[in-house]
Parts: sequence; structure tokens; C-alpha cells
Amino acid sequence: MALLSVEDLSFAYRNHPVLSGVSFDVDAGEIVGLVGPNGCGKTTLIKCVDGMLRPMEGRVMLAGQDLGKMHRREVAREMAYVPQSAGNQTASTVFETVLMGRRPYLNWTVSPEDEERVITALDLLGLEGLAFRKVAELSGGERQRVMIARALVQETGVVLLDEPTSNLDIRHQMAVMEVLSRLAEERDLAVVIALHDLNLAATYCHRLMVLAGGSIYGYGAPEEVLTQEMLGNVYGIEAVVKQDLPAPYVVPVRPGQLQEEG
Amino acid sequence: MRMEKSIVLREGYAHLRKTRTAFIGGLLILLVILIGIAVTLGSAEFTVAESYIAILAGLFPGTFIAPEMADIIVWDYRLHRVLFAVVAGFGLAVAGTVMQGILRNPLASPFTLGISSAAATGASIAIVLGAGFVDGEYLIIANAFLFSLLASVAIYGMARYRGVSSETMILAGIALMYLFSAVTSLLQYIGTAEELQAVVFWMFGSVGKSTWPRLGLVTLVLACTIPYLIYRAWDLNALAEGDEVAAGLGVPVERSMMVFMVVASLITAVIVCFTGTIGFIGLVAPHITRMAIGGDHRTLIPASGLVGAALLLAADSIGRSILAPQILPVGIVTAFLGVPFFIYLFMHRRDA
Repeated sequence: MALLSVEDLSFAYRNHPVLSGVSFDVDAGEIVGLVGPNGCGKTTLIKCVDGMLRPMEGRVMLAGQDLGKMHRREVAREMAYVPQSAGNQTASTVFETVLMGRRPYLNWTVSPEDEERVITALDLLGLEGLAFRKVAELSGGERQRVMIARALVQETGVVLLDEPTSNLDIRHQMAVMEVLSRLAEERDLAVVIALHDLNLAATYCHRLMVLAGGSIYGYGAPEEVLTQEMLGNVYGIEAVVKQDLPAPYVVPVRPGQLQEEG
Repeated sequence: MRMEKSIVLREGYAHLRKTRTAFIGGLLILLVILIGIAVTLGSAEFTVAESYIAILAGLFPGTFIAPEMADIIVWDYRLHRVLFAVVAGFGLAVAGTVMQGILRNPLASPFTLGISSAAATGASIAIVLGAGFVDGEYLIIANAFLFSLLASVAIYGMARYRGVSSETMILAGIALMYLFSAVTSLLQYIGTAEELQAVVFWMFGSVGKSTWPRLGLVTLVLACTIPYLIYRAWDLNALAEGDEVAAGLGVPVERSMMVFMVVASLITAVIVCFTGTIGFIGLVAPHITRMAIGGDHRTLIPASGLVGAALLLAADSIGRSILAPQILPVGIVTAFLGVPFFIYLFMHRRDA
């Protein structure tokens, strides 16, 4: 059975429909890349899946339970969320910020086990040297790793990430994706990750989901999904997809006419 | 190798916690010394030692014998005022800490969110129009209290309608601040010279109106609310990181924000209705404390309260002595002393 299963999800902001009839499954150990043009509903979908937004229709099943009927703290033990903007302004150190991921389990005090988990996560993401620096002083890439470390100490089966690589240089993008791949495999995590970079997504994700206009345009292995036709229909660009590399590679040629939004 | 790193990190966190405990301990000692000094200030002169003996003599009659008159002067005239400054400073600082935490805005404080100016409007209505909900000497106090609660209800209502978030609350609060300031100005404009003076004096902020029962009431409110805030420190920590982060960590965001806002407003209201507007403490005490010991609300709340208490008591003591026998209202002194101190810290902090 799938760890995360979204069934016929629809959502609208006021009277403006954003998602309609979205259904998909994510298995343990699998990384699903969520791609699609700006405004296609990626962030909204992630927020609906996490239960931050309440879907109009449909439901989200998390390890066999209906998310809508779960307590927020229970959800936080099953599913971690790394939001898009890590606009962290607090005076907290890296260690404490990661420790916050234990909040779904913590009583008021911090146990040695909590500390141990924080230390393990810091080690995994190469953050030991920064443990007592303030998060506000770190670079974008370091900060992103802190946010991922915090999601890890939540010890959930599912991790949702909203564009975790958008502010990073290419090396740090790869580093973040490598860590996620390794964790998905070692800890059997189901990872859903919204990405803009199609080639990064193709390299690291087991499956890609293309969202267009609030519904799923395609869901499958990168080589099935990343086609010239999809790029034309969804992104409105003319592109060549190279298939002779380890992962399909999109080479954009020229943009089509931008269609009026409506 | 792995073990060693782990030990280093554990020790690092233990060290962080020790620093915080030491900071709080140091502040407690400082506060006790300040109380001793503050009690000696005034026209009847006695030493710091005598003032401690007088305090103890009141607490344990028979065990300690105070110098003649000292116990009466201390217990009837000075001590409640000194303790009121401590309690008021503590409460305003905690309210500011909570507001800055949940709104993630360094400018959030009871003053900038319109709660203090609402209290001023309530007091002005009582002073100028003589209108209010109760009669007699409690008219001004009750009006100030009710108006500040009204302001927080209005912020709540607007935020609720528009969707609870830090921006909506800050914008609603700032809009209210201007509205209430305008009402107060209007009342000053139509009031007589004496009324105008009374309003202006109320707005300076002063702990001169303290009495033992009032001190008891404020202390009771703090004793009921602050432990709750400290108990929920992890939720405040999570909210300080952002609504989405907090929600992802299992915090019921909207409900928690409203509860924290109401508790912070209640603390502010019960203090400000007796003191008038003391704007600065709720803004700087949390900043100073955060710079010193970081953002964990488990220690930030009590430490920030102690910083606020020490600041307000020091300011009041200076206000009482610098132009003695004239007493400068504490609201003026806090700004004169606090602003340069704050700017100094702000300019010199390493992570700026």
C-alpha cells in the first residue's frame, strides 16, 4: 500500500479554482518530483497534502489514515514539510532550529534521545561545524540544509519539500538532492518535492508529476513524462529532449507566445 | 570520531543552557540589589542595609528589628511602588516578547499594536468626558482597561475576517494605533486646560499610582498567565519560525496566535490601566534579551521579563532621584535611557 495517497483532491481560493481532481500515490522509498509552470498549483497542492489548506473535495490518506481526521500533532509525526521561503529571522542557533523538529514529540524538556537525533541529523547534512552559529548568519545553501535537518528529526515517513533548491547554486542543488536520495533509500522515506529545474528533477526523482492548470497532465518515470509534446503543451516552449544521457535532458530552444492568463 | 563529535555537540548545547541559567541568575541578583537601592531613595534617608532590614522586618516581625520609621516608610510608601515597577516591567516585557514572537516582527509591542494607545483613549474619555463604565476613582482605570481589551478584540476581528497572519495583525494594530491616537488628540483638543494636563500626564506613564491592592491584582494576573506562556514555549518557538513551519510541526497556528495575542493583551491592559503608556519596555527588553541569550522562549520569556523589570525599576529610580524632590514620569526616563542603550547594542551586535 502507498504511504501517501491523494484521492480526487480539489481546492479553490475563494471562487478561483486552483486544483481539480488530483489523485496520486507515493510509495515508501520513492522520490516524486512535482513540476509545472508558475501558478500551476504546486505550492497549493503541497499545502493541501500537508493539511494546511483544507481541500474542498477529496482526501489525503497518510499511512492508511484519513489526514482530515487526524490531530495536527499526529500529522506532524507522519509527515514533515519544508516550506518554500526559509525567511528565518530568529536569533536561534542551528542546533536549536533543528531541535524544533522534535516538537511533535517533546514535552517541555529536551531528552538525551532528542539531542542524539539532532546530532545525527546535523552529521548527515554536514552541519556539525555550524551547530552553534545563528541560522540568520548562514548562507542560503546552509540554511536550506538546516531546514531539511529539521524535517529529518521529525522522523516522519513522508517529507514534502517546496522548491528546496531554488536559491542554491548548482553544486548545492546537487548536494541537497543527493542527501534526499540517500535518505529516501536508507530510511524508506516517501519524498514529494516541488522543483522548477526539470533536469535536476529528471536526474534525482523516480517519478515526475506534471501539474498544469490545477490538474495532473502526466505522472510517470522522467523519460515518459519529459517529452517535446509536454513541454509544448504545458510550458509553451519549443525544446529538444536528449534521451541518450543517464537521465532525459531538456534543452530549451525558444519560447512560444505567452498565452493570456484567464 | 563520530562519538567525539557527538560529545562536542552535547557539550555545546549544555553550555548554551548554562549560559542562559547564569544570565537569569545574574538578573535576579541585579534586581534584588536594585530593589534595595530603590527603596532607599526618597526624602527620608537610610542605607541599603537598613532598607533590606526594614523589608525583612515587615515579612518576619520579631526576627528583624528595623530602624525607627524605616519600616513604615518602606512598607507604606516605597516598597509597593518599587515592586509595582518590577512587576509592570516584567509584564510589559513578556507581552512584547510574545507579540514579537508570534508576529515575527521586531517592531511588534503592546505600544505599536495600538493596545497602549487604546488605553490612552479610554483614559482620556474618562478624564475629559467623565464617561465610562464605572464611577469614582476607578473610572479612568476601568476605561483604560476596557479600551485596551477592545483594541485586541478589534485586531482579532479584523485578522479573523481577513485570515489570521502576522501581516494582517500588524496592519490592523497599526491602523488602530492611529485611530485611537486621533481620538485622544480630539479629546485633548476639546478638553479644558486641566483635563488636557491630566491626559498628557496619564500618557507619560508613571508607577506613582501604585497601591498594595493594585500590585496584588497585577501580580495575580501575571502569576496566572506567564506560567502558561512558558509552558507553551515550544509553540512560540515554532511560530517564531513562521506560520508554515509551525503548522508543519503540528502547532494549530490560528488558534495559538489568537490565544497568545489575547494573553499578551490582557497582561498589557492590566498594567497599562494603572501606569499609563510606558511604551519602550515591551519593545526593547525582548530585543536585548534575544541578543544576549538567543530565541528559545523557555528561557527568553523569564529572562526578558527580568530585563524589563530591571529597566523599568532603574528608570523609575532615576526619575525619582535625578530632579528630586521633583519626580520625572518613568515613561520619559525609559525612553531617554533606553533608546541610547538600545541603539548602542544594536550598532555593536556581531550578527547585524
